[in-house]
Amino acid sequence: MNKTPKIVSQKCKGARDLMPKDMKSFRFIEDAFRKSCRSWDYQEVRTPTLEYLHLFTAAGTLTPNMLSKVYSFLDWDGWSGERVVLRPDGTIPVARLYIENLPPGEIARLFYVTNVFAFEETGTENREIWQCGVELIGSSKPASDVELILLAVDASRQLGITEVQIQLSHAGVLNALIKQLNLSPDEEVRLLDRILDGDWQALTEANPKNSEMSRLVSLFLDLKGKTSGFLENLKAMPKLPPNLKAALTNFAEIAELLDVLDCRYQIDITSTRGFEYYTGLCFQLTTRGHKIGSGGRYDNLIPLIGGQKTPACGFALYLEPLTDLVRPKVEQIEGPEILVRCDSAKTDAVSNTFKLAAELRQAGFVTELDFNNRKLSARWQVVIQDKPPTFIITDLIRNQKKDVSSIAEVIKTVGGSA
Amino acid sequence: MSTATKVESIKLALPKGKLLPTTACLLKEAGLEFADYTPGTRAYRLKSTRLPDLSAKIFQEKDIPVQVAVGNYDLGICSLEWIEELLAKYPSSAVLKVADLEYSKGNVFLAASRYGKITSALDLGNGQSNWRIVTEYPNLAEFAALSLRLRRFNIFPVWGAAEAYPPENADLALLWAKDERELELLNLKAIKTLMPSHVFLIANKESWQAKNVSRIISYFSRTLEMKDKPWLKIRTQSAKSSNDFRPVSSGEKIWLALPDGHQQPPTAELLNRAGLKVDGYSEDRLSRRPIFRADWIQAKVIRPQDMPLQVANGNFDLAITGKDWLLDHVSRFPSSPVIEVMDLGFGQVRVVAVVSQEFPAADISQVMQSQAANVAPVRVASEYINIADKYLRDKHASRYRLIPTWGASEAFLPEDADLLIENTQTGKTLAKHNLKIIDTILQSTACLIGNKGSLGSSFKREKVGALLEMLRRAVKGN
Repeated sequence: MNKTPKIVSQKCKGARDLMPKDMKSFRFIEDAFRKSCRSWDYQEVRTPTLEYLHLFTAAGTLTPNMLSKVYSFLDWDGWSGERVVLRPDGTIPVARLYIENLPPGEIARLFYVTNVFAFEETGTENREIWQCGVELIGSSKPASDVELILLAVDASRQLGITEVQIQLSHAGVLNALIKQLNLSPDEEVRLLDRILDGDWQALTEANPKNSEMSRLVSLFLDLKGKTSGFLENLKAMPKLPPNLKAALTNFAEIAELLDVLDCRYQIDITSTRGFEYYTGLCFQLTTRGHKIGSGGRYDNLIPLIGGQKTPACGFALYLEPLTDLVRPKVEQIEGPEILVRCDSAKTDAVSNTFKLAAELRQAGFVTELDFNNRKLSARWQVVIQDKPPTFIITDLIRNQKKDVSSIAEVIKTVGGSA
Repeated sequence: MSTATKVESIKLALPKGKLLPTTACLLKEAGLEFADYTPGTRAYRLKSTRLPDLSAKIFQEKDIPVQVAVGNYDLGICSLEWIEELLAKYPSSAVLKVADLEYSKGNVFLAASRYGKITSALDLGNGQSNWRIVTEYPNLAEFAALSLRLRRFNIFPVWGAAEAYPPENADLALLWAKDERELELLNLKAIKTLMPSHVFLIANKESWQAKNVSRIISYFSRTLEMKDKPWLKIRTQSAKSSNDFRPVSSGEKIWLALPDGHQQPPTAELLNRAGLKVDGYSEDRLSRRPIFRADWIQAKVIRPQDMPLQVANGNFDLAITGKDWLLDHVSRFPSSPVIEVMDLGFGQVRVVAVVSQEFPAADISQVMQSQAANVAPVRVASEYINIADKYLRDKHASRYRLIPTWGASEAFLPEDADLLIENTQTGKTLAKHNLKIIDTILQSTACLIGNKGSLGSSFKREKVGALLEMLRRAVKGN
């Protein structure tokens, strides 16, 4: 039996190649995202792929579960034991960038397109994930939370995604509820870690004996609100602890602004995921069942990693689900393409080929060269010959052929019909 | 189909060192004894005296979970802490804990010096400190640091003597000890008990699912159900040396690291010849903190493998180690400030590349060629993991896998590795194990190492100069 040699993939587990069609979608998203951000006067930044591990280990940054999945290693000069990581998160490095480069307290509107790395055990999912991130640093105003939600919706719209569902929750409310359980600081952190990994059951389990408490918890967890009225109702309940009331007030202010601006949302306290650094409003964007982005307020992060007390909020859109969503749209917007073919090896013909292609590009056509006698796939094909008529133009759609003798005529023919 | 069940051969990985006497006793009680499994044995491959299809190999304890996880061995015996050390980093490792063998009971502690500033875990959460944790279990240490939510920490893996580092050279040590009393004798106090640890019988997941190992397991089960368990009465002597802390007297000091193990006797002799009187640095009375008559020298006894990193970090001004370990360090950290200060002449070994006699290759390029034709990568076992890695990179080896070992590496060939990077004095041991040397990477001797950047003060420059002169004369008189 003949054995064909087996092609063994040499690609790392959990890594992926982006092919031209993927890159088209990728660039489309990036461009639309950049355009939205620029029109709101956000400035683009880029942080290094490598950061020190300790930037991410402080309590209140990444959960231990997330930390156990970071790619960390000793650098070549790591004899001091200082470890570096492949950036596991987009926000924390930007917070570091802010501390190191901008005047304390200054309002900064920043955005970035970046990859983040997290180990995924099966190797079937991506271990390198791309996201479009936005951070608004220096403002604690509810209007700033609203600004980010509207910008996220705006960017989605630029991508042609119009049905965006917004889910709101509030880390301050969650933290106030946890405080009610009277746990030790250690237990508190552990409970929060479980919740942020998606285990909301943990909150109801934490204090099953106190019926008053479990009633309060279930009121917050089980119900989904649709307007700021829902939050006002919760706020009006008797014997509410002050920190819970304060968090609810902030939550309601933001919700009310969204009501006025006619921006629809759903309130779901259990939609918070993943990040310990959130302190206030958290939001998630979904479209047709795909989670496409999330964000929130993180007022304690900058002081935690060594900066002054600075309020901040941000969000990220996820490139992977968006790539699939925008693909049909991207495929429609292919530009006009022309194949310029030269079957001759003579200097004049080759020179004519390059000259023609240059002028076609100048005229705005995407022009591919062919010296290998390939089958044409573009609508237009121009074959260059040694003897006049020098140019044979084929229009594949109309199934027409035309012979011309000058470059100007080619441009005129193609330009006139395209 | 034939009804006669085919007897499958079963491979067992057994520990050498401190667990050997107790494990041998347990195996004897279970009726699974191996003739050569005795303290001081020079054999690695063992055949069961009773069961022809049962074979075993002797490993350093910490190699056993890895060897079982990768499927080289069906069963293994080792302490729980080494299993957890593997699982902490690689949770999907194919290791099953089959039975608690109950001996060598102790705990893995996160401990601080009794004389340091840390009194409880609460102290760790405060401030902007960068906690230095020294340990033989770096993965468990990372797990502990993360679960304690330490804001900032550096982990220094060591080959041994973790107890010697706090409080001057580390804030915390993560180490195994029988109990808190034993810690106290080492002048440490427990900050957190990470896990209880005793010896387990472990199995490879694949073997467990696909192979019938029940006969062997039932030997163990019968024995574990016995009323009288003589192996539990064997006292495993604690090999730890004394670690008497003395507050450092005032004035600037030169910090010197001295080696334990093979290099200890010739180093003691050298110091003697140099006219440097030391208490607590002899084979029969080894202290982790020996005392120099010259009070400007402050010394600790640690493993020579760990010295370059410690000198690089400024914990010691000078250290006596081998050129092999210095090369291993700079192979990993090319910008390290550690340099060789003086060749001490003794402790001559060669670091060599070794294959099995049967391996069809006369030099390293042939090893690589034979691998090119083969789909599987070359398996390279070595204590000198960074020398091995750099050596193979420099040879443009494309596919190889490094297997870190903790000594007794010659046992790996040919079943569990293809190539060995190992030290040898005469080459006799290698020849006896049917191995051949195909390349010499380094001629190593003991050397004094220092830190380019550490001699900042005029006191240090002067004193180091004086010490070097004394040692130089002693070496010359050799």
